[in-house]
Amino acid sequence: MSNIDPILLLSAIIIVSTPILLAAIGELVVERAGVLNLGVEGMMITGAVCGFVVATLSGSPWLGFAGAALGGALLSMIFGILTQLFLSNQVATGLALTLFGLGLSALLGQGYIGVKGPAVPDLYLPLLRDIPVLGPILFRHDIIVYLALAIVLGVWIFLNRTRAGRVLRAVGENHDAAHALGYKVVRVRLMAIAFGGACAGLGGAYLSLVRVPQWTEGMTAGAGWIALAIVVFASWRPGRLVLGAWLFGGATALQLALQASGGVQIPIEYLQMAPYLATILVLVILRAGRAPGSLGRPFHASS
Amino acid sequence: MTTPLLELSGLTKAYPGVVANSEVSFDIARGEVHALLGENGAGKSTLVKTIYGLVQPDTGQMRLDGKPFAPPEPRAARASGVAMVFQHFSLFDAMNVAENVALGMEEPPALNRLAQQIREVSNAYGLPLDPDRIVGDLSAGERQRVEIVRCLLQEPRLLIMDEPTSVLTPQEVNILFETLRKLRAEGVSILYISHKLEEIRTICDQATILRHGKVVGKCDPKTTAARDMAEQMVGATLSTPSRAGGRTGEVVLELTGLSAPAPRAFGTALRDIDLELRAGEVLGIGGVAGNGQDELAMALSGEMATAPGMIRFKGREIGREGVTARRHMGLLCAPEERMGHAAAPDMSLTENALLTAGPREDLVRHGFLRWGRAKGFAEKVIERFDVRTPGPGTAARALSGGNLQKFVIGREIMQRPEVLVVNQPTWGVDAAAAATIRQALLDLAEAGAALIVISQDLDELMEISDRFAALNGGTLSAPRPAQGLGIDEIGMMLGGAHDMAPAHGES
Repeated sequence: MSNIDPILLLSAIIIVSTPILLAAIGELVVERAGVLNLGVEGMMITGAVCGFVVATLSGSPWLGFAGAALGGALLSMIFGILTQLFLSNQVATGLALTLFGLGLSALLGQGYIGVKGPAVPDLYLPLLRDIPVLGPILFRHDIIVYLALAIVLGVWIFLNRTRAGRVLRAVGENHDAAHALGYKVVRVRLMAIAFGGACAGLGGAYLSLVRVPQWTEGMTAGAGWIALAIVVFASWRPGRLVLGAWLFGGATALQLALQASGGVQIPIEYLQMAPYLATILVLVILRAGRAPGSLGRPFHASS
Repeated sequence: MTTPLLELSGLTKAYPGVVANSEVSFDIARGEVHALLGENGAGKSTLVKTIYGLVQPDTGQMRLDGKPFAPPEPRAARASGVAMVFQHFSLFDAMNVAENVALGMEEPPALNRLAQQIREVSNAYGLPLDPDRIVGDLSAGERQRVEIVRCLLQEPRLLIMDEPTSVLTPQEVNILFETLRKLRAEGVSILYISHKLEEIRTICDQATILRHGKVVGKCDPKTTAARDMAEQMVGATLSTPSRAGGRTGEVVLELTGLSAPAPRAFGTALRDIDLELRAGEVLGIGGVAGNGQDELAMALSGEMATAPGMIRFKGREIGREGVTARRHMGLLCAPEERMGHAAAPDMSLTENALLTAGPREDLVRHGFLRWGRAKGFAEKVIERFDVRTPGPGTAARALSGGNLQKFVIGREIMQRPEVLVVNQPTWGVDAAAAATIRQALLDLAEAGAALIVISQDLDELMEISDRFAALNGGTLSAPRPAQGLGIDEIGMMLGGAHDMAPAHGES
C-alpha cells in the first residue's frame, strides 16, 4: 500500500472518470428531454473506433475526436428516428443500439488492432502546472479533460439559465403539455439525442486515443452502462454527475494502483469488481431524485 | 357595436371516420363571455384548438378584428392576443410557478422580474399565487390559477377556457367567476366551454350550442331555461329522474363512532361518524371537496381498514374486512376517479369488468379467468347503460369521460349490490349521461338496495336523495329528510368551519 503515490492516484482519477463523465452528461441531457437511450455503450464504442480510425488516417487526434463525436451522433440518430418518428420502444431500441454499436465497431476496427495512434499532448498551462500537489493533479492533463468539465458546466447553465434549456426540461417533464403550448417535442428530443450521441462518442474516443491508447474490440467494457447508472445516481443533476463520475473513477484508479503495487493478496477479480460494486452501493444508499415526468414514454402529436 | 372581435365562418374539420366540425359559424363580441355548449364529443375541443392554432381547419375562415386570422401554431395565436386555459392542465409538475408561466410566454422576462409580475397580476385579479412554489405541490384550483395568470400576463384579448370548473370546489368557482367578470369589464372576450348549464347562466352573455359538430342553436343563457339548452345540446327531450318512493326496510349498514386517521398527507381524518342506512333508501352526502369524502368512501369500500365494530353490515362487524370480502357480502363501491381508480386505463372493458365483478359474477374459477362470462357481463353493462364504444375489447382510456363513467357505475349496479357507495357519480359527465346514471341509481334503490351518494353537486343530491347529510372536516352531520330542505339549512349543514376564502376581499 505504501508504494501508491497519492498525487498520481488523484491525477489518474481525473483521467479515468473523463470518458464516463462525457457519456453521462450527454445521456443526462437526453433523459432530461424525456428519452431513455440505453444505447450509450454502443455509441461510446462506435465513437472509440471512429475516433481512432480518423486520428490514425489523418494523423490528427483533434480530427479524431471530431470524427468520434460525429460517429456517435450519427449512430444515435438511428435510435432517434426509430423511437421519435416510428415510435418504437425506447428500451428495446436502446439495447439493440448497444449490440449494433459493438458489432459495427468491431467491423470498422478490423486492421487497426495493435496499430499505434497519434499521441494527444497535454495542455501546457504555465504557472498553474507548477503549483505543488495541485499542479500535477489538476493542471497537467490534455484539453479533453477540461472540455468535459466545460461541457458539464455548459449543460448546467443551459438547463437552468436559458430559455432553450427550460423548453427541453418542459418537454421531458410533460410532453403533452409542451406540445399544447406549441413546442416541437420531437425536434427538441432529436437534438438532445444527437447531443447525447456526440458526447458518448467523445467519451469513447477518449478511451481509444488517450486512456489506452489503442483500439481493441469491446474496449469500453461497460463504461456506457456505468454512465447510465451515474445519471440516475446524480438525480439528473449535472453537479452530482461530476461527483458520481469521480467516485467511479476513484474506485477504478485505486484498484488499478492496488493491482500494480501488488500489496494486496486477494484475487484480481475482486479488485476489478470493486468500482462497479462501489457505484451500485452509492446508488442504492443515496435516494435517487425524481425522474423527468415523461421519461421513456413515447410521444405522438395526435391528441 | 363595431366589428366583433372574432368571426368564425364555415369552419369544417374532418378526421378519419368522423367530422369534428361542420360549417361552424359564429361571432364573439368584445368584452363578452361567450359560452360554447355541447355534449362530450360535440366538437367543442376541436373548435377551440382551431382558434388556438393547434388544429388547421379543412375549410372555412376566421377573422380577428376584421382581418383574416389563420394561426399556423399556438405561438401565432398567442401573438395575436388569443390565450387558452386547458382542461387538462398544461403544466410541468417539477418546475415552479414562475418557470411554468415563462414557458407559456413568447418573450418571458428574467425569472425574478417575472415572479414580481406574477405576484402583482395574481393579486390584482384575486388569484393569489406564490411564484416560487413547485407546481406539483399545488391543489387543482391553484394549478388552474397558474394557467390563468400565465394567460393574463400576455394581456389577451380573447381568453379560451375549456371546462374550467370541472376540477374546482364551489368556492373556487366563485373566485374564478369574480375574475372573469373583472376581465370582461376590462374588455377581454372570453370563450367559455362547459356543459354545466347553471354556470353558463350565471356568467355568460351569449351561448352557441354544438351538436355532432354543427351549430344547432344560439341563445341568451340569462333568459333561456337550462332545460331548453340541455335539450338543444342533446337533441332530445330530457326526463327528470323519478321514483315511486319512500318505502325503506331493515338497517343494512351501520356506522358507529367511525374514526380514522388521514390515510395520506393533506388527507382528512374521519371523526366519530354515526349513521344507519336502511334498505331501499338513498342517502346523499354533500360537502366541500376535501372534507373527508374520499376517506369515507375508502373506509366503506374496505381500502382503508378501521376498528372492526365501527362498520357493521347486516349486524356483522366488517371494519377489518378487505375490499373483496365486502364485495362478496354485497357492499360495493364506485370511486370518484374514473381513470386509474375505478378503471385501469390501458385495459379493455372486459378486463375492467373482471377487476371488480370477479367475486360476485363468478368470473373467476380456481384462479382462472372465465373470459367468455366476463365478456358477456361487459356486453350487458354496455348495452343496459348505453355505453358508446365499439365493443368490450376497447381500452378504457379510449372512452370519453361520460361513457366510461356510465360503464364503471353500471358495472357496480349490474352486480346487484345490497349497499352501493358512489362518489361523484356524474362528475364531468354530460347532461344526458348524468340523467341516465341518476335514474339507474334510483331504480336500484327502488329494487331494495341501500345507496350512499357522495357528491359536490347539491342539485343532484336534492334530486335523488331521501335523506341528506353533510361532511365537514371529517365529521358527518345528522342526516335530515331531503324533502323540503331549504338552501339555507343546507348551507348551515355545509358551513361551520369553512372560511370562504375571501380572495377578492382585498382588491
